[in-house]
Amino acid sequence: MADPILRVRDLTTRLQIGNQSVAVVDGLSFDLHAGKTLALVGESGCGKTLAALSLMRILPQPPALPSTGEVLYKNRNLLTVSEKEMRAIRGARIAMIFQDPSSSLNPVYTIGNQLLEIAELHLGLTGDEAVEHAMQALADVHIVSPRTRFFDYPHQLSGGMRQRVMIAMALMCEPDILIADEPTTALDVTTQSQILDLIKSMQKSKGTAVLLITHNMGIVAETADEVVVMYAAQAVEYDTVYNLFDHMSHPYTQGLFAAMPSNHRTKEPLYSIKGSVPSPMMFPKGCRFHPRCPYAMEKCRSGAVPDFTVNKDEHHHVKCWLYDGSEESAQKRSVKLI
Amino acid sequence: MNQPLMKARGVKVYYPIVSGVLRHVVGHIKALDGVDFDLSSGEVLGIVGETGSGKTTLGRAVLRLIEPTEGTIDFDGRNLLKMDKEELKHFRKEAQIVFQDPFASLNPRKTIRESIGEGLLYHGLVKTRAEQTERVAHVLEQVGLPADAMLRYPHQFSGGQQQRICIGRAVVLNPRLIVCDEAASALDVSVQAQILNLLQELKQKLGLSYLFISHDLSLVRYLCDRVVVLHLGKMVETATVEELFRNPQDPYTKKLISSIPISHPNQRRKYATMDMDNGQATMDEQP
Repeated sequence: MADPILRVRDLTTRLQIGNQSVAVVDGLSFDLHAGKTLALVGESGCGKTLAALSLMRILPQPPALPSTGEVLYKNRNLLTVSEKEMRAIRGARIAMIFQDPSSSLNPVYTIGNQLLEIAELHLGLTGDEAVEHAMQALADVHIVSPRTRFFDYPHQLSGGMRQRVMIAMALMCEPDILIADEPTTALDVTTQSQILDLIKSMQKSKGTAVLLITHNMGIVAETADEVVVMYAAQAVEYDTVYNLFDHMSHPYTQGLFAAMPSNHRTKEPLYSIKGSVPSPMMFPKGCRFHPRCPYAMEKCRSGAVPDFTVNKDEHHHVKCWLYDGSEESAQKRSVKLI
Repeated sequence: MNQPLMKARGVKVYYPIVSGVLRHVVGHIKALDGVDFDLSSGEVLGIVGETGSGKTTLGRAVLRLIEPTEGTIDFDGRNLLKMDKEELKHFRKEAQIVFQDPFASLNPRKTIRESIGEGLLYHGLVKTRAEQTERVAHVLEQVGLPADAMLRYPHQFSGGQQQRICIGRAVVLNPRLIVCDEAASALDVSVQAQILNLLQELKQKLGLSYLFISHDLSLVRYLCDRVVVLHLGKMVETATVEELFRNPQDPYTKKLISSIPISHPNQRRKYATMDMDNGQATMDEQP
C-alpha cells in the first residue's frame, strides 16, 4: 500500500483539571490514506472529537496541554511545527466540518461572504475570480441555484443545505484531508444519506482522505474503509471495515453493534451496554471497559491491557485480554453476546 | 375489535399567512392536511416522516397542545375537541408527552422530586408530601434510577438518565397514552437501546399505548405495531410494520426505508452519482 498521507503515532492529549492532568486522548495511532475513509467510532465522551481537535491543534490551551506523540503529514510533525506553518495547513490542507452546521456558520454574514473569505485567505483570489470560485464550490455540492443561494444568510437554508455549505467551504481549497465530525448526526435519515453520498463523491473526484467521526455503526458500514473504535480515550479495536464487521472482537464493538435497532428483527429486548462512559477523571483501573463488560475476568481488573491481534491477522488490533490466547479467554469468548 | 383508545379523522392544522397593514389572510400553510388514524389500547403507532412533514404538529394536535383547524379526535369515545375544562383536566392526566431533548424539558431549578411529583398533587392523586415522595420513589425505581435521585437537579444526570426522568414524569400519573416525540433520537446508540427497552417494558407492565414519533425507521420497526407515514402534512401510507417493510407502496416510503443505515459493509449499494442528483433537488428545496 502507498505511504499514508497522515501517520498518527501515540497521540496523547492531556487536560489540566485543577492540579491534576488527565489523558483524554491516550496513545492513539492510525494511518490515513489518500482517497480512503477512516472512521473513528465510539459513544459520546470517548475522546473522538478531542482526538480530531488535537490533530488540528485547535484545542484551547489551557485547559489542554500540548499533545505529545507524532502526527506526520508530508514528513512534518504537525504537533511541533510553528503556529504560522500550522495556520497555512489548517483549513487549506486539512479541513474540518462539524456536527452542527448552524453553529459553525456566522449568522450575520451571507454564505457567499463566508466562502469568499476562504477564497481570499487561502487561495489568494480576488474580485470576480473569487466569486466565480465560490459559486462553483456551491454548485459542486449540488446546491440548487447557487447564484441566488450565494446571497442567502445561514438561517434561510435548511439543515441539510447548511451542511452542504460547510462541505463546500471545507473542500474549496481541495484539502488532502477532511475531518468530518459527526457530519450527519443533526440531520434527518434521508438527508443523512445524501450528505454521506456527497462526501463520498467529492472524495472520489478529488482523492481526499476522510477522517469520519461517528457513533453510528450503520454509517461506518456504509462509508468507511478502516475503523478505529475508541473507548475512554483509547483505541480498543483497529481493522479494515470488512474484516471488522466479519470478526467484531472487542466486547465494546460488539455491544455498539448489537445495540442498533436495525439489527433486530424481533421484539426481544435490545442488547444494551450497561452503564455509561466514565468521565476521564474516573477511568477504572485495568481495562477501562471492564465494569461494563459481560466477559470481565480477573486479569481485566488491574494493569494496562496490551494490543493483541485477532486470528493472527496483523492488521486487526484489539485491546482486550480475551485475545491473549489463553484457555480461560477462549472459553469466555465462546459465549455469544447476542 | 373493541373501540380504539384514540380515533382521529381528517385532522387539519392550518396556519394563516397574513399580509399587508390590515393583516388580511392571503393563504394557509398546511402543516397537517387530513390525517386519520386509530390507536387501540396497548398499541404502538409510529408516525414517521422527515423534518417539516408535520409529525410533531400531529403529536401536539392530538393532545390539544395545538388546536386543530378541522377534524375530529376521539379519546376513549369522547370528542377531545369539545371537552370542557373539567374533562380536559382529566384528559391531561390520561395522556402525556415525552420530548426529544430531555434537558430542555426539565426545569433546571426544580429537583427531580418536584418535577415528577408536581402533577401528582395537581391532579389530586396524592394528598400529602409523604405520599408524593413515596410515589416518586416508586416511579424512579420503575425507570431504573435510584430513589435518592429525587433530591438532585437535572444537570446532575446524563442525557440517558434525564430521558428516564422525563419518562418517569409521564408515567407517574398512570396515563393510558404517551406521545413520544423523537424521545430516543438525541441519544447515543447504547443509551438509545436502554431507553427503547424501558419504553417496551413499561408498555407491557402498565398497559400503555404510545404514539411514537420518529424520523428513524429502524426505531419504528423495532417498537411499533402500525405506522403512519407523513409527507408535507399529508398521510401517504399507513400499514402494519411488517407490511410496510415487506411491501412499501409509496415512493416516499421506499426512500425512507432505503435510507436506514445498513448493518454490514457487504450490503453497500453500488455507488451512483445519477441517483443522488435526482434525489436531492426535490429534497432540499423547502416549499
